[in-house]
Amino acid sequence: MGKTLAEKILSQKSGADAHAGDIVIAKVDLVFVQDTTGPLTLKQLEATGLKAVANPGRTIIFLDHAVPSPARELSNDHMLLRHFASRTGVSLSEVGEGICHQLVAESYANPGDVIVGADSHTVTAGGLGAFATGMGSTDIAVALALGRTWFRVPESLKVVIGGRFAPGVYAKDLILHLIGDIGANGASYKALEFSGEAIAEIAMSGRLSVANMAVEAGAKVGLFPADDVTEGYLQAQGRGERYQRLYPDPDAAYERTIEVDIAGLEPMVARPHSVDNVARAKELKGTRIQQVLIGTCTNGRLDDLAVAANMLRGRRRHADTRLIVAPASRGVFMAALEAGHIRALVEAGAIILPPGCAACLGVHQGVLGDGESCLSTANRNFRGRMGNPEAFIYLASPATAAATAIAGEITDPRELL
Amino acid sequence: MLRGNAFKLGDNISTDDIVPGRLAHLRSNLPELAKHVLEDVAPALASRIKAGDFIVGGENFGLGSSREHAPIVIKMAGASAVLAKSVARIFFRNATNVGLPVIICDTDNIDDGDELEVDLAQGTIRNLTNGAGFACAKPPQVMLTILEEGGLIPYIKKYGGFQLPS
Ligand code: SF4
Repeated sequence: MGKTLAEKILSQKSGADAHAGDIVIAKVDLVFVQDTTGPLTLKQLEATGLKAVANPGRTIIFLDHAVPSPARELSNDHMLLRHFASRTGVSLSEVGEGICHQLVAESYANPGDVIVGADSHTVTAGGLGAFATGMGSTDIAVALALGRTWFRVPESLKVVIGGRFAPGVYAKDLILHLIGDIGANGASYKALEFSGEAIAEIAMSGRLSVANMAVEAGAKVGLFPADDVTEGYLQAQGRGERYQRLYPDPDAAYERTIEVDIAGLEPMVARPHSVDNVARAKELKGTRIQQVLIGTCTNGRLDDLAVAANMLRGRRRHADTRLIVAPASRGVFMAALEAGHIRALVEAGAIILPPGCAACLGVHQGVLGDGESCLSTANRNFRGRMGNPEAFIYLASPATAAATAIAGEITDPRELL
Repeated sequence: MLRGNAFKLGDNISTDDIVPGRLAHLRSNLPELAKHVLEDVAPALASRIKAGDFIVGGENFGLGSSREHAPIVIKMAGASAVLAKSVARIFFRNATNVGLPVIICDTDNIDDGDELEVDLAQGTIRNLTNGAGFACAKPPQVMLTILEEGGLIPYIKKYGGFQLPS
């Protein structure tokens, strides 16, 4: 019987003939933590008594969630992590370099890799055909020490995407629509595997956005095949030699097939307080928004800033709506500067934050007031997510975010094209 | 055999409900963080819960972040187990790794405050308040073994690595 992408990768990395439902022990190609899960990982590592890091060159500590640090406790956590990196020789990504998932995509992930990170959005690298999944600190501590971990080989759901995006509609709208359709636990414990004629047209930035949000449907991993788009991206990133074509077998067994025709898709918005509470942007016209956030590991890439800048160029944010932009990495920031996007955004009234998670997780840099609403390009709108359980979060694409910043209320971006 | 009272919560209790990001500065101070466990959905839960009590959810308990602090503070607050109809993948693995049993069962049989008796080995639950008896689902053997050892750290100390049942 043929294999799904998940079965293929886990077979290769475990040396077993892996099929859905099996438990395997697989070699991991990359292990990482970030600054809010790393300190506990180090504590748990110490408790295991395992001393050495299996593969320091493929182990990374990212300082990205609370950067620059807003509190002494977090500064001390950063110091602890820096000290561990210098002692063990693992890589450290400093404050200001960017969000772990963006940097993993830019510099580390390859098709067929197994990647585990102490962050749920580790799934982002599935856009490059890597079996990438989030785990907690103890699992990561053990993976870091042993260079391997256990997996239950997931059943896969096949998502067949057909059609072409209409102007103003993006990969973010596709994934919001899909999660709205299958629900916030519609893919629990499963792999989402994307296929269909339309994916050849979805750029790596869009694939990463889609894979990033696989976990919002409960999925263990969200996988794209590795194809020409992947090869082009890896070449542009200077590691074209790591490309391998990777597709599921034609006779692979899927638990279920979901067909999505993107031709009829419209700009979508997830309403408070759950990601599957989706509506069309135009239905929410009139919803006042006090803060717009463009950035995060979901939509802080160059293509995202370009869409926002192009819509905001020559326009201004609404007087009652703050506009916060955080590039996902230093590389994105530099490229956006060179392309003139940053200037356009600043002229339109945007606040530019340093590369990092910014206001996404409620630590700092844009905490909402009681009763305030934020429209964000992030992936989560749980109650309390942005630092205040009395606030409201809507999720949408960068185009919808830019249109909303201009109008001061949720706005279908096609109105401003 | 576990025995205690139920703290009944709803569906989709996220890791932001359990330990919100605004408390990220307390993550290296777990006793302090534990005082805030679930406070946005169940005010003052940390001071009301007694050792052995149960946190009872509905569907998709623990969705969201990979922060292992979530099951750790539930355990530190005194809960002996989490009961839910379904549980998010990372939370399930994290809870097991820190030695907090997660029991998948039909929690519609349980109301807030009910007294429960849970037999983990048998996979059975008795609601002593309303007399209902029901069963729970069995997790994969690898997780049961980790749980039996008290979590992943004692497991690794004992076996030195992962063992698959042959
Ligand atoms: S940007 Fe938000 S979702 Fe992404 S890693 Fe940072 S905190 Fe998590």
